[in-house]
Amino acid sequence: MNDALDVAIRLVVVFAVFMVLPLVIGQTEHKVMAHMQGRLGPMYAGGFHGWAQLVADGVKFAQKEDVVPAAADRRIFQLAPAVALLPYLLVLVAVPIGPSEGAVGQVVDAGIFFVLAVMGVGVLGSLMAGWASANKFSLLGGLRTAAQLLAYELPMLLAAASVAMAAGTVSLPGILNAFHWWWLPWQIVGALVFFIAGLAELQRPPFDMPVADSEIIFGAYTEYTGLRFALFLLAEYAGIVVLCGLTTVLFLGGWHGPFGADGLGWVWTLLKTAVLAFVVIWLRVSYPRLREDQLQKLAWTTLIPLALAQIALTGIVKVAIS
Amino acid sequence: MSPIPGSGLAKGLAVTLRTMTKKTVTAQYPDVQPELPPRSRGVIGLFEENCTVCMLCARECPDWCIYIDSHKETVPAAVEGGRERSRNVLDRFAIDFSLCMYCGICIEVCPFDALFWSPEFEYAETDIHELTHERDKLREWMWTVPAPPALDPGAEEPKEVAAARKAADKLAAAQAAEAAAAAEAGQAADTGQTGQTGPEGGQA
Repeated sequence: MNDALDVAIRLVVVFAVFMVLPLVIGQTEHKVMAHMQGRLGPMYAGGFHGWAQLVADGVKFAQKEDVVPAAADRRIFQLAPAVALLPYLLVLVAVPIGPSEGAVGQVVDAGIFFVLAVMGVGVLGSLMAGWASANKFSLLGGLRTAAQLLAYELPMLLAAASVAMAAGTVSLPGILNAFHWWWLPWQIVGALVFFIAGLAELQRPPFDMPVADSEIIFGAYTEYTGLRFALFLLAEYAGIVVLCGLTTVLFLGGWHGPFGADGLGWVWTLLKTAVLAFVVIWLRVSYPRLREDQLQKLAWTTLIPLALAQIALTGIVKVAIS
Repeated sequence: MSPIPGSGLAKGLAVTLRTMTKKTVTAQYPDVQPELPPRSRGVIGLFEENCTVCMLCARECPDWCIYIDSHKETVPAAVEGGRERSRNVLDRFAIDFSLCMYCGICIEVCPFDALFWSPEFEYAETDIHELTHERDKLREWMWTVPAPPALDPGAEEPKEVAAARKAADKLAAAQAAEAAAAAEAGQAADTGQTGQTGPEGGQA
């Protein structure tokens, strides 16, 4: 009975985080992006500086008609948003935010494997949407998504492998328990590769070729309306939460900080995640979209060699200190 | 090619971050009224007391958006045995702001200063016919006409002020001459009959 209650509470908390944090990041993006462009952003919804803009957007999306194109593969088309969104919820369960047993949804022994594998599933949602829409722009978007997934999953895995090597474990809390501050400079290249590859996997600008709205309308999401479209958008922001959380846990030392490590560790995790989320928004505002060939070139000629070099460095240092 | 690879990327980030810390340029218009520059062209006001129905504005209007109706009235002679005069009386003066292109030629061309620019601009309507402002509405806009902006420092004096000053100077000179002549006459009288009257003696 107690176990069931415990599980239920954990799931509710994880779900609440999953529903709230993406909206917070979305609102922050509205505001930060506006101010970076000399604008004010939403000012009306909710009264105070448009804090309820995304709630209003959600209401709007819920009111819209849910259209499925006549030629679409109906079942797959309707399933795609769920496939895009749910993996991030599952990943969130395994991300530890504090040192204690209660600060993680569920400790998974093969944490890195679980997390990266499930995150990869999220991209399948875009692929399904692109194929099932029976629309050439959607198909182009889906193909670009596939190409991007192939190119960027590899550097991401290699960078994560470097951390696993350094810690000698693939469990996320285990990695954090083994963390020392000097891992930061040691793994900095891996961190950059992981973060950039993660951005590309989320199809965030400047890596948003699959949804390049000026070229292929909105890629795989062209035919979506109403709530299903909103779910795809939510998946993007949930993806930001997960990516920033994972980067924090793997490379930035999660709950470790100069002070307050006991009891207040989760504040450090959230703080680092928030800073990374800000960087994600900042990059979107600052850089134009990469061309498809530039995108592939960056992955295969820059990120993968860098990730391999990081693994070599990790191996050398690991052997030297043991 | 930049000297340090990646310095261009850093510069881009710096630009957006700096912009974020600066004040935004968004105009919160319905909540905050805009600060219009002087001589803003919002709407045209009619000072109908000055209008003589000369029709110059209606003729010069490139859009033909000014409608004027009038009739003549006969004014009886001002003095006994004089001639009767006829006078134009304004019946209708309307400007169709759905046609107006805000060129301001009517205002420039009016010889009697009966038309003025007002900076008011919030007179949108849901029916296009409402955009034809009749004389009473045009007269109401006059209350919103601002005082003319001050001249630039060192600018030439306005013509009417110059003319008025010239007239005033002439009058003052004439009065001064008259006063001087009177004083001279008084002095002559004083020397003739010493101590009989005061200095006021010279007054006629």
